[in-house]
Amino acid sequence: MILIYADNINGTIKKSSLEVITYGVAIGKQLGTEAQAIVVGAVNSDLSELGKYGVSTVHQLTGPDTFDAQAFSKLIADKATELDASVVVFSHSLMGKALAARVSVRLKAGLVTGAVALPDTTSGFVVKKSVFSGKAFANIRIQTPVKVISLNPNAYTVAVGEGEANVMATPVSIQPAVKVISNSKSSGDRTLTESEIVVSAGRGMKGPENWGMIEELADVLQAGLACSRPVADAHWRPHHEHVGQTGVAIAPNLYIAIGISGAIQHLAGVNRSKVIVVINKDPEAPFFKAADYGIVGDAFEVVPKLTAALKAGA
Amino acid sequence: MKILVCISKTPDTTAKIAFTDNNTKYDANGVQWIINPYDEWYALVRAIELKEADASHAIHLISVGNADAEPILRKALALGGDEAIRVNIDSDDAYVIATQIATVVKDGGYDLILTGKETIDHNGSSLGGMVAEMLDLPYISLATKLEMDGSVAKATREIDGGQELDEVATPVVISAQKGMAEARIPNMRGIMAARTKPLKVVEPAACEALTATVSFEMPPAKAGVKLVAPDQVEELVRLLREEAKIV
Ligand SMILES: Cc1cc2nc3c(=O)[nH]c(=O)nc-3n(C[C@H](O)[C@H](O)[C@H](O)COP(=O)(O)OP(=O)(O)OC[C@H]3O[C@@H](n4cnc5c(N)ncnc54)[C@H](O)[C@@H]3O)c2cc1C
Repeated sequence: MILIYADNINGTIKKSSLEVITYGVAIGKQLGTEAQAIVVGAVNSDLSELGKYGVSTVHQLTGPDTFDAQAFSKLIADKATELDASVVVFSHSLMGKALAARVSVRLKAGLVTGAVALPDTTSGFVVKKSVFSGKAFANIRIQTPVKVISLNPNAYTVAVGEGEANVMATPVSIQPAVKVISNSKSSGDRTLTESEIVVSAGRGMKGPENWGMIEELADVLQAGLACSRPVADAHWRPHHEHVGQTGVAIAPNLYIAIGISGAIQHLAGVNRSKVIVVINKDPEAPFFKAADYGIVGDAFEVVPKLTAALKAGA
Repeated sequence: MKILVCISKTPDTTAKIAFTDNNTKYDANGVQWIINPYDEWYALVRAIELKEADASHAIHLISVGNADAEPILRKALALGGDEAIRVNIDSDDAYVIATQIATVVKDGGYDLILTGKETIDHNGSSLGGMVAEMLDLPYISLATKLEMDGSVAKATREIDGGQELDEVATPVVISAQKGMAEARIPNMRGIMAARTKPLKVVEPAACEALTATVSFEMPPAKAGVKLVAPDQVEELVRLLREEAKIV
């Protein structure tokens, strides 16, 4: 069977979890085996609805109210062993990354992180993943009987059907070694890696005071915000918005780059985006070579017009 | 406190990505190797800052790889490591590499094990978690800040849409990313000193690879950019709606 770990943030099942459920169910179909999900902690939705994405059963381990990779890994690995899972899948999210590595060691299972497609199971079990910060892909063979995969966010489309999962809740308790002292949420931020649309701006914006028009465009599109490295280095924008080879790697459906030249290190983190729009006043900017659509023009004129046009058409 | 910083060798960020042997091997011809930026700029520099604040700390560096990794270790020593260890095995399997590091950590009695958040070539983001699990240690991933208070590590890490402050007693594994420190350049004195600092080569612990790279491929080339005039943004919106079908 296939065991799928579904992340939740403060009780809400994430979109990347639905992606990974759809993905795990598809692997199950490919291998002729069923897929079940595991959720740790309390959630604020009806877990039987996960049946719509194809899982027959959801194992809910209730009790833990804060994430702890060390403790959660034990719970997930034990469940995988109990159910005799042959494949355990995670989202390659902030939490999933930490869990997949630990669970793979506990199960002595080969691990591929950042998968971008279903495994090729025609001979063996080969998983395609993104490498060289998005500049290439590698096909990796997992050689162990049990396999662990983490799936890149936005790499697999959620499929909804009919169905109701059987929810099996079990209370558990954990003793985390790591003590959480405090946490803070930056206001209203959409998680960048999970955003379907990302609006990103660079040094061409001249200064942080000009980000209002970038934020407005992002708002109309319900997009995540990103920036180039010099922009984060100059503290015009927070570090977590820095995308590229040494920042966050993203693969949204639409990436709009404004006043960004398109340096190789920037492209590395964004070139898996499905569609790229570039707005730059320099027709020679390297970014146009990596773009699907482009406007050669002054961002200060083009961006407000684009926002207005999107609003008008909505 | 004994700090171990994991150092990986990666191609320079501008290196051309190409493959040889029927797309089964990375073409390293003419490639300049650098310390993986996350390992250098954040993990190593933070370790050096901790030592600058408390000289009793020792900073050891570890790299798992063949002799090609030695110039990289020398550079890390020049920045401020005290001693380097190279485990003499070339592998692209994270389990094999983690096993080597875990063995050194166990034998060396390290308190703080620092890694970068991921390498810019394999993008595995798995090493820290694996080492932690092999030794049953806590692991704080994607840390943006780290302070030590005696034997307690206080680390801020990235969580979905925000930050979390964690406290944990050593030994602990922590992966570092942007925010933790600022990149430095080694100075002449550091470079001179690095020449005579110990660089020990140890033979690997026996371990079987759990994965193998079958082949590489390049992403499909873009069809070419469609340009829209700056006074025709409506046309761009139409293309995004009707052709790309994404807004
Ligand atoms: C080891 C290493 C790692 C790196 N990692 C990253 C990384 O992860 N991410 C990253 O982004 N960079 C990274 N860089 C830096 C990278 O090389 C570039 O320097 C950086 O991406 C440039 O940022 P930019 O495009 O915002 O600025 P610039 O290169 O200065 O480009 C600004 C652009 O704005 C345009 N412009 C100016 N005014 C306007 C206007 N009014 N309207 C429209 N367009 C305008 C200009 O034509 C220009 O193309 C890295 C560099 C190194 C050496």
